[in-house]
Amino acid sequence: MKFRAKIVDAACLNHFTRVSAMIAKLAKTCTLRISPQKLNFIVSDKVANGGVSMWCELEQENFFSEFQMEGVSAENNAIYLELLSENLSRALKTAQNARALKIKLTNKHFPCLTVSIELLSVSSSSRIVTHDIPVKVIPRKLWKDLQEPTVPVSDVSIYLPVLKTMKSIVEKMKNISNHLIIEANLSGELNLKIETELVCVTTHFKDLGNPQSASADASQDRDPEQMAEVHIDIRKLLQFLAGQQVNPTKAVCNIVSNKIIHFDLLHEDVSLQYFIPAFS
Amino acid sequence: MPLLTPQIQDENDYSLVASLDNVRNLSTILKAIHFREHATCFATKNGIKVTVENAKCVQANAFIQAGIFQEFIVQEESVTFRINLTIFLDCLSIFGSSPMPGTLTALRMCYQGYGYPLMLFLEEGGVVTVCKINTQEPEETLDFDFCSTNVINKIILQSEGLREAFSELDMTSEVLQITMSPDKPYFRLSTFGNAGSSHLDYPKDSDLMESFHCNQTQVNRYKISLLKPSTKALVLSCKVSIRTDNRGFLSLQYMIRNEDGQICFVEYYCCPDEEVPESES
Repeated sequence: MKFRAKIVDAACLNHFTRVSAMIAKLAKTCTLRISPQKLNFIVSDKVANGGVSMWCELEQENFFSEFQMEGVSAENNAIYLELLSENLSRALKTAQNARALKIKLTNKHFPCLTVSIELLSVSSSSRIVTHDIPVKVIPRKLWKDLQEPTVPVSDVSIYLPVLKTMKSIVEKMKNISNHLIIEANLSGELNLKIETELVCVTTHFKDLGNPQSASADASQDRDPEQMAEVHIDIRKLLQFLAGQQVNPTKAVCNIVSNKIIHFDLLHEDVSLQYFIPAFS
Repeated sequence: MPLLTPQIQDENDYSLVASLDNVRNLSTILKAIHFREHATCFATKNGIKVTVENAKCVQANAFIQAGIFQEFIVQEESVTFRINLTIFLDCLSIFGSSPMPGTLTALRMCYQGYGYPLMLFLEEGGVVTVCKINTQEPEETLDFDFCSTNVINKIILQSEGLREAFSELDMTSEVLQITMSPDKPYFRLSTFGNAGSSHLDYPKDSDLMESFHCNQTQVNRYKISLLKPSTKALVLSCKVSIRTDNRGFLSLQYMIRNEDGQICFVEYYCCPDEEVPESES
């Protein structure tokens, strides 16, 4: 198993830092999957912990100027590492405005992801900051739990409103209730609803638009006004929204009635999929 | 707000209808009296009064005159209901408490009458939020019988003069002692805490003093825990009037200027703690 990579472009470095900051907001621990073409950040919570799962994918060549890896074997050419996402994002924070960044899988009594950052300095001598992030190498037999999730056939697929607006509304709703109902239809309408003994609050978004999805066939017979709804844990949704610091280039939500809600986001060339299961 | 029209087919169905272009003109004032969970609302054709009480000793009233609203209709002589203020405020600020500059949240508030929920329709940038808050049986509120003819001492201060004093009150002291007098020390705030006593004097010719009418020396003590919540109103206000009557009851009136430059008032009444023993002070 080998992995070493290097970023020299300032824009790529910034982008990579932002991605790691987003991951840190979304999950405490995550799995980093390294393969010849792609890097993935994966979260797959146990059902007991809420069952949230995340799949974030970026093409390595869009970020790295050098990228060498050798997986566990030729036919399983990948590496799965478990790490505290906070550790990675904290290490990368120092890389803002740095000249170069190197990431390497090392063994220093225990496996580490070693991040070396070459900082700019006024004098000609360069300064290098090194972070050793402890990681757990995930054995081959557990990989099956960390596969790319299959996107369920949704009842309704809709573009999301401005995430910042959505976040501030959900934040206030969280003060009142733990449960949230999201419902949407094929006429571009999405509602956020909470209901308690004391108060019912519904926020209506309209004219959002519905993407032409692959599952369009399934939903073609559907009454465009009919709502598909899911009851979810409001904290899980807020966590997802709080992680979105910049408005994505594309943001879609797919609802499978009473089963699951799937968020599909695109930040330039980083794709993020986030799944929140419905309360049964 | 075309989206809202279907819900308000007949205005006569409602005993109270009020609209505001900027919801913050209401929410800011209500935050100033938000020290208990529940509030009682009284609406008459003059406006809305919202009352919050604690320990049968302190009462806060926020007055939002009819003129603050762009539309204000009350069908009955007076409309009264009790509401969970925390939830009411969460609903009013559903689009965020500090909105982006240039965006305003509009509000339409409807109440059908006894037993019905309070309906709020909020709109910002084409997004509409509908809130249905259950109302409760109104409770009788205290009558402090604070009559201006019985007022002994009255001071009007610029709020900034009191703001720092209140934010740094020694909370280990059980009481705040207020001395008002035609002679020295004129106006004094005293606390008696673990670390010792502290006295803060305001000379009557201070720039902060807008008016000074003290007829008789009065020394009264008030539970500091009851007065501390009034800091919320103090922070928002530009002027404060401090009055005491012949029974030692305290009235604090805060003048608050809203974002549109209109004036609203928030008033706190507090009863005195106990007789001041001769030996102290």
